[in-house]
Amino acid sequence: MLALDFPPVSHLVEWGPIWGSGALAINKVVLEMMIAAVAVIVFYTVAGSKKALVPTGAQNLGEMAVGFVEDGIIMETIGPDGLLYAPYLLTLFSFILTCNMIGLLPFVQMPPLARYGVPVFMALVTYFIYNVVAVVKQGPIQYLRNVMFMPGVPKVMYLLLTPIEFFTVFLIQPFSLSLRLFANLLAGHLILVTFAVLTTALWEATKIGFVLPFALLVALTGFELLVAFLQAYIFTILSAVYIGRAMHPDH
Amino acid sequence: MLLHLLAPLHFLAAQDSGELLKGLTAVGRGIVYGGAAIGPGIGIGIVVGNAITAMARQPEAAGQVRTTMFLGIAFTEALALFGFVLAFIISG
Repeated sequence: MLALDFPPVSHLVEWGPIWGSGALAINKVVLEMMIAAVAVIVFYTVAGSKKALVPTGAQNLGEMAVGFVEDGIIMETIGPDGLLYAPYLLTLFSFILTCNMIGLLPFVQMPPLARYGVPVFMALVTYFIYNVVAVVKQGPIQYLRNVMFMPGVPKVMYLLLTPIEFFTVFLIQPFSLSLRLFANLLAGHLILVTFAVLTTALWEATKIGFVLPFALLVALTGFELLVAFLQAYIFTILSAVYIGRAMHPDH
Repeated sequence: MLLHLLAPLHFLAAQDSGELLKGLTAVGRGIVYGGAAIGPGIGIGIVVGNAITAMARQPEAAGQVRTTMFLGIAFTEALALFGFVLAFIISG
């Protein structure tokens, strides 16, 4: 009989404090995020320090990231006047991507964004930005009217559409934006844990049967690398879409 | 009559009620996530399938189609993720 007891989910994502205590304690997740933040800052400082005409090394990678966010995300969703928000969106993209990749390193193996606090904070920052942008660009009353009474719809449909649109923009958008990132990473973490548990159990039981789940564990880690990039991209592009919608409402 | 029909379920009463609750919670979680995954599964299939059709017809628009495709996937996928999170929130 295999010892296949899947640990309760709370054991997989909760970490005791390494330093300090209470709400400000630093645990593994916080440490990973600090490392990610410092890594992003150091990387862009190094990448931006030389400004060579023919970029090499860090500058090359940095320019690729900036180009990706500016051309691939902002120009596709907001347009040229959205380039103002490139620093914010690039920060989001780099931080999420770095956090996810640190969370996949062997022996670290805990995606820091699989705790809900961080994604929800980033989503609230985006929520704050797009609401402020909309109020400044459209005016508060016009903004509410654009959200709740979209033009070009038969009058009867407003009975249905107005509450839906109101709840979508003001409640569900930040919620789904953060939940998407959080749940994807949590799901990936759980899948990896499942195969790790299976590998351990089969190693203890048979010494040979562990090969198959271990191979799947390695393959799925590669898949999670794709998810790490994709989720950073999706979070950033959705932030850009929300900001773009605030700047150019549907006419 | 009703009791007679329910007789095969008598083993339920014999069990510890905590164990029963735990089992039913697990069943509920399965149903919640399974149900939540049906719609988005079909939806993502439609989104990606149509995006591939569009890219095959107009390869020069592939970049724009891909951006829109990921947006569509993200919006559709959110529903399945709500179910995923809800399955963890349900506790016995």
